[in-house]
Amino acid sequence: MTTIHITYFAALRDVTGYAEETLITEVVTAQALFHKLTAKYHWPFSEADIQVAINDRYQPTDTLLKEGDRVVFIPPVAGG
Amino acid sequence: MLFQLTDQPIETLIGSLHPHAGGIVTFEGRVRAVNDDKKVASLEYVAYPELALHEGHAIINAALKQFDILEARAVHRTGHLAIGDIAVWVMSAAIHRKEAFEATEYIINTIKVHVPIWKKEHYSDGEAIWVRCDRCTDDHKHSHTVKEAFSL
Repeated sequence: MTTIHITYFAALRDVTGYAEETLITEVVTAQALFHKLTAKYHWPFSEADIQVAINDRYQPTDTLLKEGDRVVFIPPVAGG
Repeated sequence: MLFQLTDQPIETLIGSLHPHAGGIVTFEGRVRAVNDDKKVASLEYVAYPELALHEGHAIINAALKQFDILEARAVHRTGHLAIGDIAVWVMSAAIHRKEAFEATEYIINTIKVHVPIWKKEHYSDGEAIWVRCDRCTDDHKHSHTVKEAFSL
């Protein structure tokens, strides 16, 4: 089991209802974590819509998660 | 500071620049009153600061390498903005104008698709929607929203 800290922004924060949470989980990759959380919170995004940041840097979705990682799922951005 | 986030009004005066800079191109993105035929009352920008600053700096540094420019900077607002407020400001300075135009366009296009900043449009009818901007670099862009899911 791995302890993961997750921070939510924008649409995901609204839908989830939290700014952040800590999970102790058996999932191994960020991608698997995304699917687990999508099932839990019914996020209206597909995997193709989402980018992943781990410890404040963009990373591939199949990145293996480590104990204590900070994960942010990034819905489509819209700056400017 | 190459790339900044600020919750204060953006100051557009740029002060002194490289003495060889003869062509300065600035871009201001302002909050407009209508988007996709809907009357906008205000906009709310949210950033993921740690990653936004990292990516913003990387974009400016990429522009400095890719284009023959002397300086480049950008500032993006966060928080609640009114119609007409400056949401993003970009500046490139070059010896001649052509490179400055190209660099400024590259920087704003890349910020819009790559920096983790989101905007929620608040409409006059009380509805508020997180804008999904899949084609923000297109000249004739149309915002795509996740209206069905996020009508608040």
